[in-house]
Amino acid sequence: MSDARSEILARIARATSTGSPSSWEEIPRDYRQSSTASDRELVDLLTHRLHDYDAQVVEASSSDAATAVAAMLKAREVSRIVIPPGLQSSLLPPGFNFIEDTGLSHAELNQCEGILTECTLAIAETGTIVLQNVPGQGRRAATLVPDYHLCIVDAAKIVATVPEAIERLNPTAHLATTFISGPSATADIEMTRIKGVHGPRFLDVVLLLE
Amino acid sequence: MSLQPLDPRTAEIFPMAARHLLGDTQLRKNVRHATDVIQNKRRIVVDEMPDWQELRESGKRLREHTMQHLREYLEQFERNCTAAGGVVHWARDAAEARQIVVSLAKSAGAKEVIKIKSMTTEEIQLNPALAAAGIRPYETDLAELIIQLGHDQPSHIVVPALHKNRQQIREIFRREMNLPDLGPSPQDLADAARLFLREKFLTVPTAVSGANFLIAETGGVCVVESEGNGRMCLTLPDTLITIAGIDKVIPRYEDLGVLLQLLPRSATGERMNPYNSIWTGVHPGDGPKAFHVILMDNARTSILADAEGRQTLNCIRCGACQNACPVYRQTGGHAYGSVYAGPIGAILTPQLMQMEHAQSLPYASSLCGACYEVCPVKINIPEVLIHLRNKVVKEKSWADPEAIALKTVASIFRSERRFRAAQRLGRIAERPLVRKDGQGDGWISWLPGLLGGWTQVRDLQSMPKESFREWWEKRAETKGGSDV
Amino acid sequence: MRISLFITCYNDTLFPDTGKAVVRVLERLGHTVVFPAGQTCCGQMHYNTGYQKEAMPLLERFVAQFRDADAVVVPSSSCVAMMKDHYPKMAEEIGRPDLIRDVAELLPKIFEFSELLTRRLGLDDVGAYYPHRVTYHASCHGLRNLNLGDGPLRLLKAVRGIDLVPIANVEQCCGFGGTFAVKNAEVSSAMLAEKTTAVLNTGAEACTACDNSCLMHIQGALHRQRTGVRTIHLAEILASTEEGRA
Ligand code: SF4
Repeated sequence: MSDARSEILARIARATSTGSPSSWEEIPRDYRQSSTASDRELVDLLTHRLHDYDAQVVEASSSDAATAVAAMLKAREVSRIVIPPGLQSSLLPPGFNFIEDTGLSHAELNQCEGILTECTLAIAETGTIVLQNVPGQGRRAATLVPDYHLCIVDAAKIVATVPEAIERLNPTAHLATTFISGPSATADIEMTRIKGVHGPRFLDVVLLLE
Repeated sequence: MSLQPLDPRTAEIFPMAARHLLGDTQLRKNVRHATDVIQNKRRIVVDEMPDWQELRESGKRLREHTMQHLREYLEQFERNCTAAGGVVHWARDAAEARQIVVSLAKSAGAKEVIKIKSMTTEEIQLNPALAAAGIRPYETDLAELIIQLGHDQPSHIVVPALHKNRQQIREIFRREMNLPDLGPSPQDLADAARLFLREKFLTVPTAVSGANFLIAETGGVCVVESEGNGRMCLTLPDTLITIAGIDKVIPRYEDLGVLLQLLPRSATGERMNPYNSIWTGVHPGDGPKAFHVILMDNARTSILADAEGRQTLNCIRCGACQNACPVYRQTGGHAYGSVYAGPIGAILTPQLMQMEHAQSLPYASSLCGACYEVCPVKINIPEVLIHLRNKVVKEKSWADPEAIALKTVASIFRSERRFRAAQRLGRIAERPLVRKDGQGDGWISWLPGLLGGWTQVRDLQSMPKESFREWWEKRAETKGGSDV
Repeated sequence: MRISLFITCYNDTLFPDTGKAVVRVLERLGHTVVFPAGQTCCGQMHYNTGYQKEAMPLLERFVAQFRDADAVVVPSSSCVAMMKDHYPKMAEEIGRPDLIRDVAELLPKIFEFSELLTRRLGLDDVGAYYPHRVTYHASCHGLRNLNLGDGPLRLLKAVRGIDLVPIANVEQCCGFGGTFAVKNAEVSSAMLAEKTTAVLNTGAEACTACDNSCLMHIQGALHRQRTGVRTIHLAEILASTEEGRA
């Protein structure tokens, strides 16, 4: 008796022996792969989409980023905040308890009220923020267990469409990557959208312009 | 309600199961409401895309290409996933897949596992197998939790508990979570689920998931979800076991640019679902230390071998065809006797059963085409349904009453003379059944045998005295022709 | 133009008035109608129920009867959909090169009745008069397989005296589906109940469509429930003039 692997591969070979081969490059791609939107339009569209997800969005310049962060954290009344290794220190306002994630246990993460990160890019059309395991964004568990996520989005990292985002991510495809579009949600009960089930129930964004 | 696991081998035929469910007014109301809401949301986010048809075409062609080259893409996935620290297993059928999961969980020392919603694990009835091995599975998706705690079965591939309303869910949670004071709002119910599962997420070291896409080029896996329960299962445990049909592979990372647009808009009517996770093997210091992926055939290769049925494998499990289906909307999912219900279930289930069971499912459709219209990868479901009906008919015995009737009619249509005779004969044969109504028109309210289904709720107008061709010929004889 | 009429088996037998109406409209517009006498059935019921083998000779018969036509008119959207969607594949399967070629040449010349008027003849107004409140049921095959779009509605809007009222959920199937109505009678009835409710909610005196099979199904329930609402094929409305009905 042959092993499962060779048997399945042989079945596939038999099943596909009659069809005609095609190359991946031949697949038609007439959908939009880029956009002509201006930077301002992208910022506005992203903001609009994030508002749709009930996220708060503020704009700030890089010099007053820390002030904007402080205002957000205060408004949400969170003070114990995880930060990933490598987060720019200029983003951190005084007066909060920032705890660097040097391998916190699940229980320790669960004790924290929030997480502050940067991001790899954002997709305006879908209101999506993309995080990868790199300095300033950190490992996946840290952006998941605390109930509040504040994300700093540099306006230069906004793309219009999903295909543009995927193209930019392609060189780092091997990194653990998470697309976040609004706070955790469900519509499993009568299709009523409820914010916050298991992931962070609150997501806010500071948009860094210039 | 307590239901046996949905098993096409033992399920009632569709018309019988449907008859019972049509009597459940509450269920029908719930299903109608939920499918209306998703359909409206979908319509809005699809209509705003100027390139939706181009995306569908790319999606279809991408999936067709993948199926034709399935072998190389699976091998490529295996190579790249292994190089990134994952362990790839192969399973010929459901039993083998169950056995691999159970033995992996056992050797990880698991007493409990946390699970992400996965129709593939439902297909192979994994939970009873885990329980039999002394391992307790916890469903973590809200809908699956409702199903599990309610001893119920999924009725939709994306929103498995859509047949339940908030009061029914509240009753289940009150009883099973021991929360007598639980409120009825969806928010209260979601909060209860959050509390119920939080500790499990933080402490259970083994997780089982399905997969939306396996990326051949990178060896990565993509899971699309809403609640964050998926992320919990994918990142917090030490061991992750992912089970996926071999049809889930996609060639390249770039293909996500198409599929991550088609899937969320079609499935939940969102521009993007809250979370997509992509991981590749084991990431040191981030997520599980051991990652296993099981590539399961379970009759998919037999579907691949059927040129006309093959497009069934292009499915990305968005559920849009279920929401659009006027049959599904009347009966809900359980009538299909399979975890795959609605139009996709009507074509996938009998083929997964290699046409030995579920032969009534290809007939559970009026062929209205609403499913084809919404399918993000343009699967021509009506065409496949007809193809499968043909397979069912080929298996029928010569003595089957329907086969005899249809063959007789076909022979009538093969000859103009016989057709004319049948028209005349019909007028004579129907005579005893015709009753005059108030307007003096003849109607039939009762028909015998196979045709009785018609007159349960409908009348049938009696045949006119003269067929069209008789009129045409008379008119030609009298010539005149001007006064029709 | 010389237009060949394929009446379809069930219109021939059960709805001769629809055929008469088609003849009347086309002749009124100055065209010549011919009726190949050997025609019977397109094979739809057999094909869709899984009896492909039985449908094959019906394809051959149809092609033999209509091969030489300049244009074929068919007052049934589902039969046209059957031919357009399945005939090429069926001809391939039969494997006769002449048949494959004939089907390829014939199909573009086949038109559903409203399609012939709006697309082939470029007409919206055919000079009809029908002073009644009417709602239009878009049959699934017309809507999705033939993409008739607003053609039938444009024709109806041009009818003098008509009070055209829209129906809710116009794209939803009435539940007929050929043998589906018998094989899955209960589900079919449930779908039909939604459709008749939608028809009754319009307050129309009559429900029209491009397909008598849907209408027979809808009419069956409207009659059983004694609603007094009629069904009428689009051709019969278009055939009506101030001088009288077809
Ligand atoms: S068949 Fe198409 S519409 Fe139905 S679930 Fe699959 S991808 Fe979605």
